[in-house]
Amino acid sequence: MFLSWFWICAMLCAAFFAFLTNTGAAAAAALLEGAGNAVELSVAMAGPLALWAGLGRLMDRVGLTAGLAKLLSPVLGRLFPSSREDGVLAKHLSANVTANLLGLGNAATPMGIRAAGRLRDPGDPGRATDQLCRLVVMNTASIQLLPTTVAAVRQSAGCPDPFDILPCVWVSSILSVSAGLLAAKLLGRVWRG
Amino acid sequence: MGEYIVPLILAVTAVAALHRRENAYDVLTDGARDGFKMLKTIAPSLVMLLSAVGMLRSSGALEALSVLLSPVLKALGIPAETVLLMLVRPISGSAALAIGAELITAHGPDSLVGRTAAVMLGSTETTFYTISVYFGAWGITKTRYAVPAALIADLVGFLAASWSVTLFYQ
Repeated sequence: MFLSWFWICAMLCAAFFAFLTNTGAAAAAALLEGAGNAVELSVAMAGPLALWAGLGRLMDRVGLTAGLAKLLSPVLGRLFPSSREDGVLAKHLSANVTANLLGLGNAATPMGIRAAGRLRDPGDPGRATDQLCRLVVMNTASIQLLPTTVAAVRQSAGCPDPFDILPCVWVSSILSVSAGLLAAKLLGRVWRG
Repeated sequence: MGEYIVPLILAVTAVAALHRRENAYDVLTDGARDGFKMLKTIAPSLVMLLSAVGMLRSSGALEALSVLLSPVLKALGIPAETVLLMLVRPISGSAALAIGAELITAHGPDSLVGRTAAVMLGSTETTFYTISVYFGAWGITKTRYAVPAALIADLVGFLAASWSVTLFYQ
């Protein structure tokens, strides 16, 4: 639904500004050029995307995810105290986080949803518990080790070293996740309801 | 140090595959098939969105929006060109990818704007989509502070992306 609104607003704004600045011909040309660019980008991204999807699956299969999960278990136990008594929950949580780290979004979401189900309040299942809010905030903040899609876009734009943004991505991801968790902690104290 | 991360991860994966006697090749090609499937779903929306964003730029609408908000963004240290990307990022992943790709191509992947857009895309998620999937799956209606906390995380991610790129590359 949002994309429909986005497209309609974009068309109306572009038409209005093109009329205002007398750039109708250029705007029409840009429309066609954009469509061509999209195909060029898709073709350029196809190889890297397929490559990383394959590598990600192999990393998962050979136990890299399990290794990461072991490293992360003390942190997860602190963030989600229920996982200390609930082994199934702990398993789902670590699978969710490690799949996110490896950029396997399709594998991360079902695991996260299962974990969310176990974090519900049995007395009031329609209300998000503090731990459930924490899990959702963690999943809305990206914690991907290798941002492969962005790297593919950069490479298709002619970048010689598409992964050279890694330090910035890691710093920003860590700050963003920490800010989200801190905000959740502080808001959890004052939130009514 | 950065340039060794990818080869190192691949070497560790290869050694682990050898150790586990995993049929690595089949796993790799299966995964690659998934990658193509993902591309097949986003390519049509990239066509529509990139042409719309291209039209917004050439008509001057995009520039007007960034000029309008540039005093605020400049004070925060965020490149004004990224304003549309930040507005759309929490709502739609494919629209954010199209806007980011357009910025990276138009300004160059190694420019300040191109790098900031890439880091913003890489360090944030489609917040509202994720929230609706997680809460929708279990019929949770009282979401309490999850939305504000998640948006604070996005905001900090955008600020950190702008600052870290300026700090590391300028």
